Amino acid sequence: MTRTGPVRLAAESVSLAYDEKVVVHDLDLQLTEGSFTAIVGPNGCGKSTLLRALGRLMRPESGQVLLDGRSIARTPTREVAKVLGLLPQTPVAPEGLTVADLVARGRHPHQSWLRQWSRGDEAAVAEALAWTDMSELADRPVDALSGGQRQRAWISMALAQGTDLLLLDEPTTYLDLSHQIDVLELVGRLHAERGRTVVVVLHDLNLAARYAQRLVAMKDGVLVASGTPAEVITEPLLADVFDIEARVVPDPVAGTPMVVPVRRLR
Amino acid sequence: MSAATRELPAPAGLAAPGQTVVRIGPVSGRVRWRQVVVPAVAAVVVVLLGAVSLGRGDYPIGLADVLRTLVGLGEGNQPFIVLQLRAPRIVVGVLVGLALGIAGALFQTFARNPLASPDILGITQGASVGAVAAIVLGGTTGAGAVLGGLGIPMAALAGALATGLLLMALTWRRGIDGYRLVLIGIALWAGAAALTHWLLTRAEIYDAASAYVWITGSLNARTWDQAVPLAVSLAVLLPVALATSRALAALQFGDDTARGLGLRLSGSQAVVVLVAVLLTAAAVAAAGPIAYVALVVPQIAVRLAGCSRPPLLASALLGAALVVGADLLTRTVLPQALPVGILTAAVGAPYLLWLLVRGRRRSTL
Repeated sequence: MTRTGPVRLAAESVSLAYDEKVVVHDLDLQLTEGSFTAIVGPNGCGKSTLLRALGRLMRPESGQVLLDGRSIARTPTREVAKVLGLLPQTPVAPEGLTVADLVARGRHPHQSWLRQWSRGDEAAVAEALAWTDMSELADRPVDALSGGQRQRAWISMALAQGTDLLLLDEPTTYLDLSHQIDVLELVGRLHAERGRTVVVVLHDLNLAARYAQRLVAMKDGVLVASGTPAEVITEPLLADVFDIEARVVPDPVAGTPMVVPVRRLR
Repeated sequence: MSAATRELPAPAGLAAPGQTVVRIGPVSGRVRWRQVVVPAVAAVVVVLLGAVSLGRGDYPIGLADVLRTLVGLGEGNQPFIVLQLRAPRIVVGVLVGLALGIAGALFQTFARNPLASPDILGITQGASVGAVAAIVLGGTTGAGAVLGGLGIPMAALAGALATGLLLMALTWRRGIDGYRLVLIGIALWAGAAALTHWLLTRAEIYDAASAYVWITGSLNARTWDQAVPLAVSLAVLLPVALATSRALAALQFGDDTARGLGLRLSGSQAVVVLVAVLLTAAAVAAAGPIAYVALVVPQIAVRLAGCSRPPLLASALLGAALVVGADLLTRTVLPQALPVGILTAAVGAPYLLWLLVRGRRRSTL
């Protein structure tokens, strides 16, 4: 829970580009042990790209990403996968794959050719299924599940992977409000009860402010603000980053800042 | 949905129906019965078809005599017919089926696309260009003389390898994308097909006829000269192919998830595609492009074994059963001996259609 724990994952003057187009400019970010960080920003601001770089899915043009103080690009990918789990924006499960098999696949970095299904694997998968309330659906094909159940199955897989760090790219996209809350509650419990260090890219500012301890706001590939939700979600920042005039009022339930949009600027 | 199920206890062992957990010392794994039974039954079928095949033909020999010949006690011309005429043909059929079945499974799992097979990706068509060029241009001038000197199998091998490596080179962008592979493969297929047809229009009628038989894929007149190099290639390639199954299990999820699970993505991709190309090239050099085995068999295997990706061993053995079975049919039931490639398509395609129509799965072609 503390914000002063050791730095687990850090971006050091990272610049990211797709072909010639630079998407993230010279960005620094430190993520400490046990933190719950949400990256917010308008479409195309580079937040998902930054998350991909943090999860070594993308190689920086310049700068580097450090995992526990060590360059992530020089760490064997299997070693990374034992510490850092990630859930891509729209993961695809092969047709006919059952929930139990999907979650079992999370054990991949811990397995080898000879050791394909140890007692540890079995226990981790059973626990991940139970913890995400997916035990009942374990034998169902993933493609037969609803959107919310499917996202739970993927989170269950990330849990079975047993990593301290968890990166999630817009895990609530395409879900209705009740399933958005369901997924974020689950991620919040992973953080609070299992001590996971969580980084999540989110679109909904009110939900981000409600569930994350720290917000990171990005615009045009640059980190604009970082701090507690109350520090980041301010009327000037909303105008600057999101081009909206808005009132910020305390969330009547959690007391976290809540955005009430007025109109679009410009 | 969450509140209602939260109180329910976790299942004790996760031993899902039809699966058994095996642990012996440091070795552990899960055995799914359908994934054991399907290859086992396919292996038995291959052996039975092979045994029947040895005895059948223009000069029928009883099973007892076949067995006696195999242990060196044959009489008269039986050893020659069984061991020199029929055995190499059947061995080539089995090996070609194994190679094409597993190559198709590798391509389809890798590309996450059932259309990805060496038939569609232009690799077998590339072999056709080589072989037809050797037949048509053989011994005249320049490149034709070189190709003709290589002989048809070597020319086919060269054509398949060249197309396969070109496919990999054109698709490569810090790794291989499945869709890109299929699109570039189809373009290569079209180019190679045009080249084949152009060569055929220039051919003498006799050359064109023999080129056509080769293009269809045939086991006629195979000897140990084809069987032995093919067997040696498969002895190396099949174990490598089977060893990729752990990587394929992660690759089937998509690139980001596979890397998230700790897979060295581009390295694994290169190995899978290269092995599939080499297996196809070896098979095609020995028997020509026997149609649709690599396309249809993995899809049949995945439905029979009831899993989420084409099972490698079952695909290989079902491929062997299809080729040997089709060859047996062409030599016995049909009034006139046809090239086996016609029958593999004619038998395999309707069976896949039946599975697709009957099955629960959507057909994501």
